[in-house]
Amino acid sequence: MKNWLDKTILAPVKRRSFMKWSTAVSGAAMASSALPLKAIASATADNNVIASDTKTTWSACMVNCGSRCALQVHTKDGVITSVESDNRGDDKEFGQHQIRACLRGRSIKGRVYNPDRLKYPMKRVGKRGEGRFERISWDEAMDLMADKLKYTISEYGNDSIFFTYGSGTQGYRTDGQHAFKRLVNMIGGYLGYHGNYSWGQIQYALPFTYGTKKPSAFGSYTSEIKNAKLLVMFGYNPAETRMSGGGEIYEYTQALRESGVRTIIIDPRYTDTMLGKEDEWLSIRPGTDAALVEAMAYVMITENLVNQEFLDTYCQGFDEKTMPAGAPANGHYKAHILGQGADKTAKTPEWAAKITGIPAKKIIQLAREIGTTKPAYIVQGTGIQRQANGEQTTRAICMLPILTGNIGLPGTHTGDMPANFGYPVPTLPSGSNPVKVQIPFFLWTDAITRAHEMTDKTDGLKGGTKLENPIKFIISYAGNALINQHSQINKTKEIIADESLAEFIVVVDNHMTPSARYADLLLPDVTTIENTEVSSDGYASGSMGAVVPLVPAIKPLYECRSAYEMCTMLAQRFGIEEKYTEGRTHEQWVEHLYAGARAKDARLPTLEQLRVQGPFQILAPETGRIALEDFRKDPIKHALGTPSGKIEIYSTKLADIANEWTLREGDVITPLPQYVTTWESHLDPKTREFPLQLVGFHTKGRVHSTYHNVPVLREAVMDGVWINPIDAAARDIKNGDAVRIFNDRGETRVLAKVTPRIMPGVMALGEGAWYKPGKNGVDMGGAINSITSQRPTPLSKGNPQHTNLVEIAKA
Amino acid sequence: MAQYGFYVDTSKCTGCKTCQVSCKDDNDLPIGVNWRRVYEYGGGDWVKHEDGTYTNDVFTYYMSISCNHCATPACTKACPTGAMHKREQDGLVVVNGDVCVGCRYCEMACPYGAPQYNHEKKHMTKCDGCFDRVEQGKKPICIESCPLRALDFGPIDELRAKYGDRADVAPLPNPSLTNPSLIIGTCRNSRLTGDETGKIQNPTEVGL
Repeated sequence: MKNWLDKTILAPVKRRSFMKWSTAVSGAAMASSALPLKAIASATADNNVIASDTKTTWSACMVNCGSRCALQVHTKDGVITSVESDNRGDDKEFGQHQIRACLRGRSIKGRVYNPDRLKYPMKRVGKRGEGRFERISWDEAMDLMADKLKYTISEYGNDSIFFTYGSGTQGYRTDGQHAFKRLVNMIGGYLGYHGNYSWGQIQYALPFTYGTKKPSAFGSYTSEIKNAKLLVMFGYNPAETRMSGGGEIYEYTQALRESGVRTIIIDPRYTDTMLGKEDEWLSIRPGTDAALVEAMAYVMITENLVNQEFLDTYCQGFDEKTMPAGAPANGHYKAHILGQGADKTAKTPEWAAKITGIPAKKIIQLAREIGTTKPAYIVQGTGIQRQANGEQTTRAICMLPILTGNIGLPGTHTGDMPANFGYPVPTLPSGSNPVKVQIPFFLWTDAITRAHEMTDKTDGLKGGTKLENPIKFIISYAGNALINQHSQINKTKEIIADESLAEFIVVVDNHMTPSARYADLLLPDVTTIENTEVSSDGYASGSMGAVVPLVPAIKPLYECRSAYEMCTMLAQRFGIEEKYTEGRTHEQWVEHLYAGARAKDARLPTLEQLRVQGPFQILAPETGRIALEDFRKDPIKHALGTPSGKIEIYSTKLADIANEWTLREGDVITPLPQYVTTWESHLDPKTREFPLQLVGFHTKGRVHSTYHNVPVLREAVMDGVWINPIDAAARDIKNGDAVRIFNDRGETRVLAKVTPRIMPGVMALGEGAWYKPGKNGVDMGGAINSITSQRPTPLSKGNPQHTNLVEIAKA
Repeated sequence: MAQYGFYVDTSKCTGCKTCQVSCKDDNDLPIGVNWRRVYEYGGGDWVKHEDGTYTNDVFTYYMSISCNHCATPACTKACPTGAMHKREQDGLVVVNGDVCVGCRYCEMACPYGAPQYNHEKKHMTKCDGCFDRVEQGKKPICIESCPLRALDFGPIDELRAKYGDRADVAPLPNPSLTNPSLIIGTCRNSRLTGDETGKIQNPTEVGL
């Protein structure tokens, strides 16, 4: 154990702290602490004293878990001493319950005082990606960036400027991404993207079923669970993805305790959402949920458990009666399930058992239970759709509430992810983007290398039919998608290392991330603890909304500046400072926008009160918590935004797309939601060489790749690949062994967590660990994207990051 | 003598470890020193059927444990200097760092892994029940931090009146050894002390 600690946690920190900090820090400070936290704090404190004694300020944890937890930052003489969360009131009344941060927020001191902090602007001196930089002044940095932007715009055009996906700092309303996009929109715009790595497929696919009138994540609230008689969760795992004590996991467990609703969870992992809170766990092979649904549909249809009246009134395409004109004979759902469709295969429980790994009698039992229990709340998590057939799976799961009419009534849901309130705190106006064409978020590396081939019908462009220019200028703000979070690191690396392709890369961040190493220009952002803001509760707070104040606890460390300050300096260089700032400092924008919010909602306290009292909480209205309630009451008046106005089991638009688009070999798009065997499924012949399925999951120990470089978190949650004892024994792998996971795309090194909590044949690795290049393209950091593929999914052209065949061996 | 203690509800706990980390932050503990640890206890087997399907009887639950401020602590008995002592006013067991010589006998004696040697300070350290916070009328930092509201702290007789008196839950030792001021709220997966169907699944995370 001590050996493991030394090797894994202490050694890198000690070495780094010695190398980087020994000159900056007094010997006494170094000697007093094995960790660099205190050393960094004391080294930087002298120049940054803003108080002569102790004080406490409100801030928040601003990362992409979906929640926005309150933090109370204690400082002494301008140095953070400890961090508490929300401890106001008696915590008894739901809605005014404390927004308690999880372990990530509690460890934020380790992100602020971190040896990886970027301290001043730097420009690259070695080859791109080598990680060699030299310090420059802010004036030099801003001149360089402005010159390169001007050159790019005149040489190629604004459509060659691209912002990578980035959510390392999330929830800013007046800074960050908003500040940069406002600026670039004012100088002619940039190539935008549609979709995102989290929900690429579900948000693209479900509107074909439920229409486009409502936001994509528009299911029922989690609070509705307490009105249900049965709860069925496909991969929904709030304990590891929605961890805030003010958000979904708390609301979910409250609902469960209140109602004692029977809970069935379908997942390849025995997740932390279970632990005895579930009534039944069905382990399922990744990528096969649609087959399970189809077999349940078979049982429901043959045993007369479907709600025929609902299907006739509210839906298109269940049977011949409701098929649109021109649709093929036997193209309806019932025919497909009973084996009368194009594939002539009856979707029996025995058929699905072989695919899913769930015994047929279990499938029958579950189908009867869902078919006879009303109301049933059926929900999915979104790891399920990050698969090669994710669009199909996400629509297929929705078939269960559709077939049983469990929609639009108390205690029901649509099968989507749950809805959240999300108080609408105003944002800095970012203007409109003059460049209208958008690429799918996942195809930005393609837009660097083969832009000339990409069209709406081959690569899912929106807002245009083709690209005029490849991406030449990249801005990565608080993002790690440049290398770490995008698929297939070895391929991405080749593309972004080539200076003739993307000619200039700017990275704006707090830390020297794996992505930052690929910058030509590195700009040090302030952390959220050093910044001022009024944020909202995020997108995973359940039925509780909040207005969340951030008050700077300490002065910006080193030469760090906020994105708004950087953009103001750039605006000067484009002669548009007045237009950009409208005469306001960042603080004045916060005040201005908050005044607007208060004018709209008189319940809000003054800004001064908010900053002293902490987050202002508002419970969602009792009405509007049930998805499609209005449609259920009056399907004519509240027709959905589908071509038929109904729930489209058979999607007219998808039938058109299937005819019009050019797909890769092996890809299919179908008007019905159906199980499709894909590349690197468990049925792929490639299993002879790479026999195990590898999925990613959200580990408690970081949020995507944010917080990865905080030692107390690396200690608290071991980064290990989950492997079943049967698979481990076959390879002589023991718990805690160093292992290598590999396929034809790459190899990563990590420790093994041998556990019965994962089904045989499947492994799971927490995503977001920082890529650490070793020899021959081997990643020593446990980054799952060393293994994943850049092959996009058929419909949304999204990220299939949980579809991987691999082998594992002792390292 | 007053006696304070902890309540840990394993039916609410999701094993998130916020308690462990908030304690570390508040007490400025180095890597390797965890006054609160979260044990992952589980087991179960998989059966593969002829048609390639699987069934299993897998179970897991987490157990957040700090110091149980036992009525008859093993650590104080093992301490040769008297540094490890039980406070008269609240029954909390604390170590006097000025007196401790770092012999680590208490660490060997405690069946709960509570005393933790601090290599920087060269003496033992452990959960002190946040007695300074308790004296101000607050709960310990871990209790207030728990996102699932799975932890409680207070006079042990009051807690027992509210939550019962079980502490014989795996992987904990037999409570008759030290009479811990600890109550475990059980969950559907709970196994009794001495259970042999499961084991601690996260040895590296809890310092084993």
